[in-house]
Amino acid sequence: MLRDALLVCGKDLRIELRSKVGLNQVAPFAAAVLLLFGLALGPTTAALKPAAAGLFWVAVLLSVVLAVQRSFAIESADSARDGLRLSGLDPAGIFLGKGAAIVSQLLVLEALLAAGVALLFGARLDGALVLLAACVTASVGLGAVGVIYGALSSGARVKETLLPLLLLPVAAPVLLGATKAWNDALSGRPGQADVWLSLLAVFAVLYVAVGTVAFGPLLEDA
Amino acid sequence: MESGGASPVAWAIHMALAVSLRDAVALAGRFPLLAGVTLDVGEGEIVHLSGPNGAGKSSLLRLCCGLVPLRSGSAVVLGHDLAADRRAVRLLAGYLGHETFLYEELTVEENLRFALRASGSSAGEAGVQAASAMSRLALAGRLPATPVGKLSAGQRRRTALAVVVGRRPRLWLLDEPHAGLDLEGRQLLDEIILEARGGGATVILSSHELGESGAHPIADRVVQLAGGRVVDDATGTTSAEPRPVLPPAAEPPAAQPPLAEPREVPAPKAQPASQPEAAHVA
Repeated sequence: MLRDALLVCGKDLRIELRSKVGLNQVAPFAAAVLLLFGLALGPTTAALKPAAAGLFWVAVLLSVVLAVQRSFAIESADSARDGLRLSGLDPAGIFLGKGAAIVSQLLVLEALLAAGVALLFGARLDGALVLLAACVTASVGLGAVGVIYGALSSGARVKETLLPLLLLPVAAPVLLGATKAWNDALSGRPGQADVWLSLLAVFAVLYVAVGTVAFGPLLEDA
Repeated sequence: MESGGASPVAWAIHMALAVSLRDAVALAGRFPLLAGVTLDVGEGEIVHLSGPNGAGKSSLLRLCCGLVPLRSGSAVVLGHDLAADRRAVRLLAGYLGHETFLYEELTVEENLRFALRASGSSAGEAGVQAASAMSRLALAGRLPATPVGKLSAGQRRRTALAVVVGRRPRLWLLDEPHAGLDLEGRQLLDEIILEARGGGATVILSSHELGESGAHPIADRVVQLAGGRVVDDATGTTSAEPRPVLPPAAEPPAAQPPLAEPREVPAPKAQPASQPEAAHVA
């Protein structure tokens, strides 16, 4: 299973490096979200600073939709998805591989967005360990739930609109937990973030487990 | 292994079948793709599926490789019951469909290596198999390092075929394999199919490349489909009419591995309890 996961993850990342969709489209989209929220809330950092954590995670959440759509678009082209099914790869390995590729891209995106938040909103990135732990656990959870709903919606004719409808409400606990954890860290109370980090970890473990078990039927039936 | 009560003779005959379908029904939603297909294909046979558009040729091939689920009836492919274990069949079958299953951003060689590693080869084995398959399909020069998205339709077709060749399956399922290939490519494909059969593989293909007899020139048998059923099942050649043999082409490389190779897969599941039609071998 791990061998298959590494194979699929390597393939997806190689394709992303070649196509540069993440760099040329997803990252600029996330930056645009940050900028637009900044414009809407006001030009002064006094208004923006308290909202920095929430704006950061809203931008990440919206970008996840694009990253997941892209991940399954490469399997839709020329029915590569059928090729995956025929290959004999372990479905759990495919799930973990696609999830790992999305998580890798999200972590890079979050690093860029964190710099953007510091520059645009004047936020001081204190409590680096908590910020990093929140990013890792939230990304794993978002990657797992994204791959599950990506597979579920990829066979539908209206997949472009179905995916955000399915994914965004389910990912709400991640938005809440990650925003609270980041708020605690940015406001100098990193010790209070434990409960939110625990929530993020539970969400990640739950959806990784569900995806590992359920991805086979999803891949066959969607 | 249980024979399910079948007589030893019937069991022996059944084991010589690569594909055994009985009243096989497959659906897409509520639309019938196959409406009760009964068909036996012996190991080492080359069977040509014929019929008008929508007859069920592609669906039959997709059923045999486990892409389309069996709704009712029975289907045993290479000793594995498709209703119970489609994954085992997928490891043994090679399918070339209308789509190529390739990734446009990856090069020809990267696509091949990925497909071969995904089917169980180690990195080293995949490299050797990919090089051999590219050589056999004349994917030489700059082509191995060219992204598939920049290839012509015929070159893509050759690359997809190279994946099947590299996997060395025991059952070749080829859906309009000649489409998009030039004359040289079509002749090469026929040579490869005959080589595969020579290595013990079974081949089922649908094609509009017909000989004078109405069957594909290299086929042993033509099976006519219509409305998701077999409507005619006859040998394409007789003992008085020897199977056509293509003129010898360039010798394959000395190190060329056989184009069909048994590999380790889970042991076949127990056969269906009764095989009354097992003696119905073409």
